[in-house]
Amino acid sequence: MRFLRPGTMAEACALKAEYPDALVIAGGTDVMVGVNFGRTDPLVMLDLTGIGELAQWRSSGEDIHIGAGLTYSRIVAELGDALPALASASRTVGSVQIRNRATLAGNLGTASPAGDALPPLLAADAAVELVSAGGARTVPATEFCVAPGRSVLQRDELIAGVRIARRRGPQHFAKVGPRNAMVIAVASIATTMDPANRTVAVGCGAVAPTPVRARAAEEFAAAALDWNGEAVLPKGTAAEFGALVADACSPIDDVRAGARYRRRAIEVLAGRALRRMWDEHLRRVE
Amino acid sequence: MKLCCTVNGEWCALDDVAGSESLLRLLRERLRLPGTKNACEQGECGSCTVYVDGESVCSCLVAAGQVDGSDIVTVEGLADGADAHPVQEAFVSAGAVQCGFCTPGLVVAAHALLARTPDPTDAELREALAGNLCRCTGYEKIFDAVRIAAGKTEAT
Repeated sequence: MRFLRPGTMAEACALKAEYPDALVIAGGTDVMVGVNFGRTDPLVMLDLTGIGELAQWRSSGEDIHIGAGLTYSRIVAELGDALPALASASRTVGSVQIRNRATLAGNLGTASPAGDALPPLLAADAAVELVSAGGARTVPATEFCVAPGRSVLQRDELIAGVRIARRRGPQHFAKVGPRNAMVIAVASIATTMDPANRTVAVGCGAVAPTPVRARAAEEFAAAALDWNGEAVLPKGTAAEFGALVADACSPIDDVRAGARYRRRAIEVLAGRALRRMWDEHLRRVE
Repeated sequence: MKLCCTVNGEWCALDDVAGSESLLRLLRERLRLPGTKNACEQGECGSCTVYVDGESVCSCLVAAGQVDGSDIVTVEGLADGADAHPVQEAFVSAGAVQCGFCTPGLVVAAHALLARTPDPTDAELREALAGNLCRCTGYEKIFDAVRIAAGKTEAT
């Protein structure tokens, strides 16, 4: 087998054009499981960990640009204030050992509906930057995944990074699974609130073939919340919000949970997320 | 491929390495360092925890080709000559070892925790060791060992 380890993104793009079937690896926490169990026997591997620039993040106006190779440990340690939902989600990824290797772009490349970092990207209107020898393009995170394990990534393309808005208000992330660590989500939710623009956004994981937004729930919350005042959440608002979020999902029965359980879980998580964000909002207003 | 890296302070140059094989396999089969254990090969159990460039990782999930030029420390590299590392001493004095299979991974994970957080709370301790499975002890003696190593309690 050939093991390719470019030092620059331009070099990596040229190699991907030359070897479009090369197995791309960064943190390896997903890819290597397939290799170890003989499910993938790559003739060519393209390792991106030799590209220093990929493992960096930077501020860019109101946005944060996260390089494809930034590990979850660094997101937790360095981006908790700017991106609370993404940092919370990152902290639930695997274990310390996994977070020390695994990358944000790995979650995108795997395109699992249960990818922990994906709901926060959706809820923050993040954009995924793709590059190839032919050029670059940007895809909204909401459109990146198209089916379980499938994304819009083309054979000659690599994920360069993600552009995501710095927090504009309260954010929340929650995940249901059998343990606090080392679990693939049964249901997960990321929510963001932008009091200045009077909007709420919701990203759901593990409850549909791809991570999904809950637009009707978002519109309901934007209209129902008392943005001018300092009122507590009107009775029934969180419950109706939760029901609308559940309506946006189309969960299945699988080895980890039943569809009915998933639907109920996302409904409860959503109501809780709205209450917690609104409480935080009121504390800030005071 | 040809591979060069530092393992427990010693410079290694290896020929004919399959870049896709795991670092775990490289350590155990090529370098004859069997302290790092092979159990799940999917990152679930932590038995194969080693340091790569100062970060604790599951060596089963690192491709050998990725460690070209890296500095690797395994459980064999923690002791100072014949003297066990204080974390290792604490595992012995707490009786934190039963079958022993998870012990090397837990020793490295505990070492990594204390290097970063010398005085961990119990919550920090549990979070830091959440990726290491032990099927014998029920973890209490292991937590005791880390508390002893951190100087929070005395060995009994």
